[in-house]
Amino acid sequence: MKNMKELSVLIGGQAGDGINQAAELLGRILAGLGYRVYGLIDYPSLIRGGHNFAIVRGAEAPIAAHRDAADFVLALDQGTADRHRGRLRDPAGLIHDPETVKVDGTGIPIQAILRDAGAPAIMRNSCLIGAFAGKAGVGWGAVEKVYAGEGGKDSALNLKLARRGYDAASPGPPLAPLDATPLPLVTGNEAIGLGLLAAGLDAYVSYPMTPTSNLLHFLASAARQFDLKVVHPESEIAAILMALGFAAAGERSAVGTSGGGFCLMTEGMSLAGMAEIPVVIVLGQRPGPSTGLPTYTSQADLNFALSAGQGEFPRLVVAPGTPGEAYFWSAAALNLSWKYGIPAIVLVDKTLCEGTFSFDIESAGGAREEETPLGAAAGYRRYLDTATGVSPLVFPPDPEAVVKVNSYEHDEAGLTTEAPETVKKMQEKRLRKGASLVADLAGFPAVTVGGDARGKTAVLCGGSNAGVCGEVASGMGLRAVSLSLLSPFPAEQLSAALAGVERIISVEHSATGQFAALAAAHGFVPARRVLRYDGRPFSIEEMQRELEGAIR
Amino acid sequence: MSARDLSTRAVNTWCPGCGNFAILNALKSVLGGLPASGAPLERVVLVSGIGCHAKIADYLNVHSFYSIHGRGVAVAEGLKLANPGLTVISCAGDGDAYGEGIEHLIFAAKRNLDITVLVHDNRVYGLTTGQCTPTSPPGFRGRSTPDGSREDPLNPLTLMLAAGATFVARGYSNRMDLLKETVAQAMRHRGFSLVEVLQVCVTFYNLYADYNKRVYELEGHDPADFDAATARAREWNYGAEGRIALGVFYRAERPSFEQGFAPARPASRRAEKIRALLAGRM
Repeated sequence: MKNMKELSVLIGGQAGDGINQAAELLGRILAGLGYRVYGLIDYPSLIRGGHNFAIVRGAEAPIAAHRDAADFVLALDQGTADRHRGRLRDPAGLIHDPETVKVDGTGIPIQAILRDAGAPAIMRNSCLIGAFAGKAGVGWGAVEKVYAGEGGKDSALNLKLARRGYDAASPGPPLAPLDATPLPLVTGNEAIGLGLLAAGLDAYVSYPMTPTSNLLHFLASAARQFDLKVVHPESEIAAILMALGFAAAGERSAVGTSGGGFCLMTEGMSLAGMAEIPVVIVLGQRPGPSTGLPTYTSQADLNFALSAGQGEFPRLVVAPGTPGEAYFWSAAALNLSWKYGIPAIVLVDKTLCEGTFSFDIESAGGAREEETPLGAAAGYRRYLDTATGVSPLVFPPDPEAVVKVNSYEHDEAGLTTEAPETVKKMQEKRLRKGASLVADLAGFPAVTVGGDARGKTAVLCGGSNAGVCGEVASGMGLRAVSLSLLSPFPAEQLSAALAGVERIISVEHSATGQFAALAAAHGFVPARRVLRYDGRPFSIEEMQRELEGAIR
Repeated sequence: MSARDLSTRAVNTWCPGCGNFAILNALKSVLGGLPASGAPLERVVLVSGIGCHAKIADYLNVHSFYSIHGRGVAVAEGLKLANPGLTVISCAGDGDAYGEGIEHLIFAAKRNLDITVLVHDNRVYGLTTGQCTPTSPPGFRGRSTPDGSREDPLNPLTLMLAAGATFVARGYSNRMDLLKETVAQAMRHRGFSLVEVLQVCVTFYNLYADYNKRVYELEGHDPADFDAATARAREWNYGAEGRIALGVFYRAERPSFEQGFAPARPASRRAEKIRALLAGRM
């Protein structure tokens, strides 16, 4: 959207300074004014020190990307001022404490205010947030409301410090609230968790690993309220095998991890394929190989997700790019996994998992628990061969059926076999489920078109690049086409979305162009590939430069 | 389901004289007696790993999950956590439970999760035709160690005691009555139970003669005494020396992991709760 009202604020300091919490408060202030918010958190993998920063951007329309340029930089330390003051349009937007940060800008005597109030250093954030609100022309009521919502024993003191900061800043022109209903803020991880819960998740089993650790934390904290079982076991191997045990007893389960943990899960993935056990794997990507960059972003596990596990079996791989899609597709992944008895991967990345977004549940598409096809207990066969390939389920302790789940090749009853005709028949039965799934998915919104819908040049991407590509394409007369389903590949929907397109530019976070190759394998050959592999998400300005270069 | 139909139509492919038959028969006997004791057979789920032992899932006509090498214990834990009303038995081989999947065994014991693990310990890899396992004796000449193993064996009983198992026992495939009784006690135990079964592989490592000379049944031993249990477990370190005790080494009462783990009520009103959670984010 051209000339849309928007505002970007960056807050930075060291790990342990509470940047994440401060960014959340900033986001909630903007959200309360009716802005649609996107928040990026950038931090190295350490607990104290280093440089952390967050960018909070509010705009009139839904957004899922940050800008390099900032209206305000809130500097908790000299490093933040030095690194980020170049982003400012107006140097007065640099809010800091002259006692600790030597730079031109808006000085607020933060340390003095804290000393005066007898407040601990961590509360510098409140003073800084208050000063930002004052300088940005935010009405005091909007700040007060956010702190009131925080609760806790320190909220009164935090509010007092915010007020001191607010009064110390020379007020800017008033920032009028937008004429829009405020929306709640969620992280991508939370949107995924909510989607799984909506679709009837009974158990979540996970070993912590960035960027999905916060999904474990979120679900563990919500477990009581949602009557959910959450287990943190000894390893990712245990996580997926336990999840398969849950499913074998009839409970809907999911696991979450990143690439390294998923390496350990691949044997369980293949077991799920062979034994036809539903499971959802939330795979939050970060740069590899190996430990790589633990707290940064990547989409380079695409081929791995598409092919993990020995043997051939159908799988669902979805790649939501926004919190709405994350909610919708996580629910769909759980439902489809149970409908077809297959493993499903929710392939996301650090940008989506740990990003903060305005979330409109009403426009996210329905998410509810759909019924699992259940079988008759009498004469039950766990792997009954059917027209769709799907075998209806019965669970222990059913007294009539004998349920035999098997990793070994097996007959319809689940007894081990090596007879060639049965081996062939059962392999075909499993693959038939994949064909049934393809037909089913035709009714799902797997491809989204944005930007200029008549553009002859299309920007093609998947996952979290949808936001930045969509926004930039709009201003350049380009068609933005994003995929939120990768396997089975939505070739028909993509073909329709690309009708009339003469040139495709692909965008992805990979050094070798895995996404471009996937599209090309289905006949959609990008003329140019935009590849990024430094672990950072594209800003609006960077994407604009990339696309300008690509269409030249 | 009655005791009569505990067999399946699967053709048994274990070697004649295989110690696995003793475990199969002991389980059939114990499971067959469950209905009479008021424990419905349909609550039993048998999990196996991969190896000769694992075929037991095909041979017993109960709910089963024939899983993958080393991972049966983790599957068993998931089943039990999903439905604490299930009686979950995890059969495993020695390569399976003490090698590839030892982490799960240790953590299941640490959690005291109420499952029964039966280890078919023949101290050799049978299905892969004769390599040394974690409990093979020092100097074991297998196909992967033709000059003799340079590792000392693992003592699974002291390991399980250290890990926090609340029921630790040893059986022998050539002492059928004791084996049945031990398995029955293990299944009745509320908490994690391990039954290490010395099960002889007649094809690759026939130890019948050796075991017959050395085994004895524990008598006058107080299974509540952890130190005494450890001392008895150390009498034999899976080498050429020492008498081999059979029976229950250790038994303790400790809250099991799944107790209080299940939500108090079934999930309900999810959509409403999601909206309430989001309203709190405004």
